[in-house]
Amino acid sequence: MSSLLILGTKSDIAKALARQYAANGYDLLLAGRAINELDDFAKDLTIRHEIKVSLHEFDANDFDSHAAFVKQLPQLPDGVITAIGYLGEQKQAEKDWSECQKIMNQNLLGNISVLNILANLFAKRQSGFIIGISSVAGDRGRQKNYLYGAAKAGFSTYLSGLRNRLFKDKVHVLTVKPGFVNTQMTADMDLPEKLTAEPEHVAKDIYKAQQKNKNILYTKGIWAWIMRIIRLIPEWQFKKMDI
Amino acid sequence: MPEATDKQLSGWGRYPRLQHSVFTPVTTSNLHGFVANNKNPNTIAFGNGRSYGDSALSECIVDCRLAQNYFIDFDIRQGTLTCQSGITLDEILKVIVPKGWFLPVTPGTRFITLGGAIAADVHGKNHHLAGCFSQHISALRILLADGSDVTCDEQHNTDLFRATCGGMGLTGIILSATIQLTPIASTQIKQTTHKTRNLEETFSVYEENLNSSYSVAWIDCFAKDKSLGRSLVSLGEFADDGTLRQGQNKALTMPAWFPGIMLNAWSIKCFNTLYYHRQRRSIKEETVHYEQFFYPLDGIKHWNRMYGRGGFIQYQFILPKDTSFEGLQTILKTIADSGQGSFLAVLKLHGKANQNWLSFPMEGYSLALDFKIKDSLWPLLEYLDQLVLKYQGRFYLAKDARVSREVFEQGYPNIEKFRQYRQEHNMNQHFNSAQSLRIGL
Repeated sequence: MSSLLILGTKSDIAKALARQYAANGYDLLLAGRAINELDDFAKDLTIRHEIKVSLHEFDANDFDSHAAFVKQLPQLPDGVITAIGYLGEQKQAEKDWSECQKIMNQNLLGNISVLNILANLFAKRQSGFIIGISSVAGDRGRQKNYLYGAAKAGFSTYLSGLRNRLFKDKVHVLTVKPGFVNTQMTADMDLPEKLTAEPEHVAKDIYKAQQKNKNILYTKGIWAWIMRIIRLIPEWQFKKMDI
Repeated sequence: MPEATDKQLSGWGRYPRLQHSVFTPVTTSNLHGFVANNKNPNTIAFGNGRSYGDSALSECIVDCRLAQNYFIDFDIRQGTLTCQSGITLDEILKVIVPKGWFLPVTPGTRFITLGGAIAADVHGKNHHLAGCFSQHISALRILLADGSDVTCDEQHNTDLFRATCGGMGLTGIILSATIQLTPIASTQIKQTTHKTRNLEETFSVYEENLNSSYSVAWIDCFAKDKSLGRSLVSLGEFADDGTLRQGQNKALTMPAWFPGIMLNAWSIKCFNTLYYHRQRRSIKEETVHYEQFFYPLDGIKHWNRMYGRGGFIQYQFILPKDTSFEGLQTILKTIADSGQGSFLAVLKLHGKANQNWLSFPMEGYSLALDFKIKDSLWPLLEYLDQLVLKYQGRFYLAKDARVSREVFEQGYPNIEKFRQYRQEHNMNQHFNSAQSLRIGL
């Protein structure tokens, strides 16, 4: 039976992903902070889908702990999804370095730190898949969220390089760029309904894309077009805009 | 915790349509927090929105589906299942059926939540043998208005159990329950359908088949005179061929624009006649999947749109056994003469009543039928109400959107007990639905 490690399991997207992969027979290793809060969630998954679920404490910010974390896993999983992310407060982060650093650590450095280790192990094994949840915000910097965007852009570039490197090792890397998703992270935002996906929809898209070895996934799909247009706007024009 | 959103909502009958603020807690602790801080006395829990009328409508609605959607325990050997209240019977079936277990009692749709099944104390085609849903519960957890989380069953906290099962969410918020499942050796049902020529024959098929596990009758409510009460009575038993196969889960969808005018007295009369005569023989035997047997309407998503935007009333009442025949003859005649009524009409013989204060079934025959809403409907229903009372019958809260306090309370001898219990425990200061305010529960 296949197994999947999910990092940052408490987000709504990660939970939906856990359900999606569980429904397709994957055993799950769920990792995150205060992971015992997911006891009931894990039990529910085992009853619904007759799979094995184990919980593992993991702190994305504690880079030094990552090697030990990977080592103590009961098995090297067939695949890994990282859903670690932190939207942060752009305005605050412009003035307050600690907030800015938190955005960088959560969205970029924490992910790189743990994926470096797993990538090496997958390469050595000559199999596996790595799914990174980046964001459309990384496709172009906007005044509203460019710190989050910069971290996500870095992460997207990292994943692209990793994909390139691991191709010969039969390890597949999928970059996911969700647009608006209706989650707790965005609960306070007024999102346009037609452009906003439910976490279950995102999870289904990711599962399908991973099974088909796709490289980059925009979800909802319309975001691929929106971002294509946004990237086409010349910089001299873009800098004057407020979008 | 997310803020309330204002929404227009209706029950499954699409009538009445009211304005609500809807709270959607995402975890159990969110739900606790909400109950602790909620100041609005007109608050009610909401499940999957399948009660027909205004049972789950109120100024303030707590949508429990997200916060209470975990399976807690499933003992595959003993067939005991514990899960949270926001889980639907459909989700439960997906887990238990492959292991050779089935719901002890199921209504005609699997798209209701466990919480809703308990609140309405639903019954099914096996009521004459198995009773209501609550009779298979060994533990029930409820969140009370004071924030306490209380477990009850028939022996412990009995009053709370009697008030909650059938109590339409008016005692608190149902959190979880443990139910005893029924073993099955197949997902196929051996179905025998008797075509009866009138009410007398319909009754005798029921009476002669009291040992049949499942029984239900489709009744042609447009048939008159000598044919009054003609029906297709289906009896069912689970097969024992060992195949455990989930349903197809393919569903047609009733389009949102379906014009209600398509359903008129003439079209339904034609349909009913064709449907009745489709079966040539007086007895037909076949083997069907349980989904087709128990949940024929679940195969059409949004079938409630069939009656148009104005909605419909599902009118369901039950008469005691000794007045059933005379009462149903009178009522069916009134309906047939009115030219209203619809294709969906179901007659069912029930077993003994349980002791819950507001559970609907009692020993006798119940009739459920849909009426498309139009101006001429209200006087007809008021007239029917009086007939039901004359024959000592009563009404089902899960279907009701309109009966008056005076009409409702005559059918329920324990209603004062229920009211008093709510008062004593301050439940009426915290939980009320549009229905409970109308009926004075």
